[in-house]
Amino acid sequence: MIPITFDYRRASSLDDALKALAASGGSAKLLAGGHSLVPLMKLRLSEPGTLIDIARIPELSGIRDKGGQIEIGATTVHHAVATSRLLLDRCPVVAEAAATIGDTQVRNRGTIGGSMAHADPSADMPAVMVALDAEIQMQSAKGQRTVKAGTFFQDLFTVDLQPGEIITAVRFAPVKTAAYVKLYQKASHYAIVGIAAVLDVKGGTIQSARIGLTGATTHAVRLTKLEQALAGAAKDSVEKIAANAGAELQVVNSDIHASEEYRRAMVGVIAKRAVLAALARG
Amino acid sequence: MASSPTLPKLVGSRVKRREDPRLIQGHGTYVDDVKIPGLQYLAFKRSDIAHGRIKSIDTSAAEKMEGVEAVFTGKQIAELLRPMPIGTPFPSPDHHAVAIDMVRYAGEAVAVVVAADRYIARDAADSIVIDYDSLPAVVDAEQAMQGQPTVIHEKFPNNIALGPIPSGTGASPDGKHLDDSAVEKAFKDAEVVISQRMYNHRLVPNAMEPRGVVAHYEPGRSFLTMWSSTQNPHILKSMIAGMLGLGEDQVRAIAPEVGGGFGAKINIYAEEYVCAAVSKRLGIPVKWIEDRSEAFVATTHGRDILCYIDVAAKRDGKVLGIKMRLIADIGAYNMLLTAAIPTLTMLMANATYDIPAIRTTLTEVFTNKTPTDAYRGAGRPEATFFVERAFDMLARELKMDPAEIRRKNFIPKDKFPYQTQMGAVYDSGDYEASLDCALKAADWKNLLKERDELRQQGKLAGVGLAMYVEVCGIGPSATLPTGGWEHAQVTIERDGRISASTGASPHGQGNETTFGQMLADQFGVPIEHITIHHGDTAVVKQGIGTFGSRSQAVGGAALHMAGTKVRTKMAQFAGALLEAAPEDIVFESGKIMVKGAPAKAKSFAEVASFAYIPVPLPAGMEPGLSADAYFEPTNNTYPFGCHIVLMEIDRETGEPKLRRVVAADDAGNLINPLIVEGQIHGGLAQGIGQAMIEEAVYSEDGQLLTGSFMDYALPRATDFPMFEMHSTYTPTPVNPLGAKGVGEAGTLGSTPAVVCAAVDALSEFGVKHIDMMLRPEKLWRIIQGRGGAA
Amino acid sequence: MVPISITVNGKVRKAHVEPRTLLVHFLREQLNLTGAHVGCDTSQCGACTVLIDGRSAKSCTVFAVQADGSEVVTIEGLAKGDQLHPLQEGFWEEHGLQCGYCTPGMIMSAVNLLNDNPKPSEAQIREGLSGNFCRCTGYQHIVNAIQYAAAKGGR
Repeated sequence: MIPITFDYRRASSLDDALKALAASGGSAKLLAGGHSLVPLMKLRLSEPGTLIDIARIPELSGIRDKGGQIEIGATTVHHAVATSRLLLDRCPVVAEAAATIGDTQVRNRGTIGGSMAHADPSADMPAVMVALDAEIQMQSAKGQRTVKAGTFFQDLFTVDLQPGEIITAVRFAPVKTAAYVKLYQKASHYAIVGIAAVLDVKGGTIQSARIGLTGATTHAVRLTKLEQALAGAAKDSVEKIAANAGAELQVVNSDIHASEEYRRAMVGVIAKRAVLAALARG
Repeated sequence: MASSPTLPKLVGSRVKRREDPRLIQGHGTYVDDVKIPGLQYLAFKRSDIAHGRIKSIDTSAAEKMEGVEAVFTGKQIAELLRPMPIGTPFPSPDHHAVAIDMVRYAGEAVAVVVAADRYIARDAADSIVIDYDSLPAVVDAEQAMQGQPTVIHEKFPNNIALGPIPSGTGASPDGKHLDDSAVEKAFKDAEVVISQRMYNHRLVPNAMEPRGVVAHYEPGRSFLTMWSSTQNPHILKSMIAGMLGLGEDQVRAIAPEVGGGFGAKINIYAEEYVCAAVSKRLGIPVKWIEDRSEAFVATTHGRDILCYIDVAAKRDGKVLGIKMRLIADIGAYNMLLTAAIPTLTMLMANATYDIPAIRTTLTEVFTNKTPTDAYRGAGRPEATFFVERAFDMLARELKMDPAEIRRKNFIPKDKFPYQTQMGAVYDSGDYEASLDCALKAADWKNLLKERDELRQQGKLAGVGLAMYVEVCGIGPSATLPTGGWEHAQVTIERDGRISASTGASPHGQGNETTFGQMLADQFGVPIEHITIHHGDTAVVKQGIGTFGSRSQAVGGAALHMAGTKVRTKMAQFAGALLEAAPEDIVFESGKIMVKGAPAKAKSFAEVASFAYIPVPLPAGMEPGLSADAYFEPTNNTYPFGCHIVLMEIDRETGEPKLRRVVAADDAGNLINPLIVEGQIHGGLAQGIGQAMIEEAVYSEDGQLLTGSFMDYALPRATDFPMFEMHSTYTPTPVNPLGAKGVGEAGTLGSTPAVVCAAVDALSEFGVKHIDMMLRPEKLWRIIQGRGGAA
Repeated sequence: MVPISITVNGKVRKAHVEPRTLLVHFLREQLNLTGAHVGCDTSQCGACTVLIDGRSAKSCTVFAVQADGSEVVTIEGLAKGDQLHPLQEGFWEEHGLQCGYCTPGMIMSAVNLLNDNPKPSEAQIREGLSGNFCRCTGYQHIVNAIQYAAAKGGR
């Protein structure tokens, strides 16, 4: 319930935060909503020496149209994402996934950048970002860096974020025909399996598909074999194609809530539901 | 005299609670809200392994820490406290408040720190380094009974804490004489026998307020005041005094607002003894507040009883006999009532049925898990689950309607009081009326039709029905080491207001309201003129506490008796003032008057005032208006009911979802139907929670894998449909109120009803029984034919 | 120690705190506002819920320093003098509480819920409470309480 002692520094600007981060020599962690970090600190599973609070840096927050693409600032809270008119109109899958995160209070504080950086294997938003082929934008003293979500998530709680770097935003091309479906773990409300399906649909036929998965693997991944199989598929063949979607995964998580066998099967069930839900938006 | 409005009768009406104004404004005082100058904080270092020998404890870093007042190891605590007492007469291993050389479950306390604030106390506890020799752990009772792979307590070979003890038909109460002939005949005469292994799994009670203690020993006056989140402050007072070598006059125990108990705050815990002993040793007040993750392992668990059940029956559905072999996994130690809880499972094996022959045997087993004790229902939900599931299996085997097989076996309503095979005497009952009430409310025929229509749409749907009867109103004194009575005191103050106290110590039950309603009616005064005191042994002189659905049936009865005594005396004073015979005096709407002569009246306050300034004092009377009463029940009460559910299971994911929950409950006379409804709602939620989402899971090496709300699913609002509530009313003759008790009822029928519905929904896959909890994967495996059904 | 200034229930409160001080402990220990309770250590039960800058938050998962410069409303700040908030009234009228431990957090969550959606359906109410655990009521009377407040147009 009680973290160890640490130093606290509230950053007034991105530059200020970058300087503080550099000065800490690696002992600092960034704090925005704190809804991934603070619970870990309370259980003393994370013991940073310094926290740099970036929650009030104006340029890090907000949801904007950037030349047809949508950019969400890193410290934008899940509630803002879930209720964004822009997202609901043009890329509802992101709002839909945000609305399944935690609970109201968590969504009021937790941020999209925090979800990305923490990379919980059962978090919702990473699946959506890999399916949207989103870019993760980062800033360090050396300058800007951008990586695709598909390579950003590397392993269990491990991402391509270098010391001294701050996630500033995620950016993606909006897709209307996309949906997120989640099988809830009843205690935590994290995903046992969560699937984001992003489709390009023409005349009732799937031209191409990008499928993001969370909950079943160490980190969010794309189901590329399923994507290939779905390309060119009609609605009525989705169930058959998706049924065996779990088979392409090498290693699948197993815990007291769901065995590997069950999770693997659920990947197929939830994938089907996500694809059909995305088609229904067409 | 100004005319006062006529006061409505309050007993039996939905009076909104008097407790609420403070609680909805954040003004309630729970233990952690208690502040005393000089207060220091106490924290425990706990074992992170399930079984092992303590090689060394290094407290040096903690001792050096700024703000740390003291550090104690188990050895040092043992100089202050002898092993903890239990409340059952069975043999029990020594249980030290803080482990000395061995730890036997993960979470057992091994050291204590006292520091200036809770943050430093946590830092200090975390800095203690303990070196263990790990020993193998055992978490499965049947394995433990083989004495493998470890023996937890030297003097208990094969880890058997108790038993096997037989009970039921042909067994003498002391268990020494056993005649199996009737049971054997039942099975010989049977045309059909149902046999099943069933497991009523372990639960974590999880009252929303974790436990907490403030202990304040004042050396100058040799007096200890203790605040604790407990269900029974008077028992706490007695036991603390006994352990600390103080007189009971030197201890005051206070249960302030208590944020739920559910049985887990009956036990008198190590932390309570330690806080008291440390406060006395150091001469300073100390506070300990349990973290939730600490509560998961340090507060007693519930259930964890395995049953091998056999039911002998005729093909027409008439049950001839039952055999139940019970194995209770009680965890690492005996706590206050641990050993007694599974005996209640035996006691209730007769359920609502007229069964001529029953044999139960019980074995209690130590494992390297958190000790068990009472949890809402405490032994009775287990019995109900085993019997009701078996009846459901029998109905399925015989292709009978689940309602009709019950009807065929009910104890008829003209056979009460009914002596069961298990030694209980059921006070009153009309089980058929309850069943009919539930069937009507659920619209049974149409419910089955609805289920069948869902099935025709390709869905997996099932209905489940379960009856229950439970033993409540716990007493009498012969059955409890503390005594089984309850105490109350009623005082009419000089100004005509009423102060009353009760030993029933509420933690959400609303006694301030229900007891106020009773006195308001008894004295014809507004409820606002009445204060009900509870939970403080300095104000409430004696008491037992709140458990076993006893507040109203035992505590309420005591209050009624005390009120009657005062009323009788007040009528004598009024008679003297009004020159009338006391038996002609009536109390109504704030007035005391002569029956049939409403003009001859005094205000309630005038008579009260006269009682304290009695000039002239009526002949033969003492001044004052105050009385106590102890109510000793002659028997328990046996509330009953019927719960019905409709469930749908997702064919692809195995996720179960409740579409309807119908409850028909009979708790006898109701003081406040609104509060009764709330009690049943909460019970239903916990009963359904057990069936569907709650389960304490241990790893083989004794780690609680569901040690936080991240892994132990506490039911949320989204987990339930609206409960449909119905009642029948069969008063008990055991107490003057006719009230039976209702705190635990909801957990009884709901659990088996839910499982019966799941089995019904999956019947097309040939499944006969499913052990709880109904984890989606488990149901999916049945649907997929991948095994894992039972 | 870090200086902070937080407006709590309309009053500016200045203090020096250790950075690790959780907001819930600051409110309870330093300001003596003990209505927010601690019921878990995994940021789930919601007993500690308060409003920070108008939105519900679990005060056990926010450091007091993070709230520096913010406006915080606790259960103690909800009633206007003797006039209960419609939600408080609803919880009382509909028996929306038993032990009362979860109640302050439950009510503060419901404030957020009705602010976002003044006429929620039963399902939306249940969904809106998924960050608040109650072990006593089975939630039914809580749902009724919020419906009561919603019907009175109360936020």
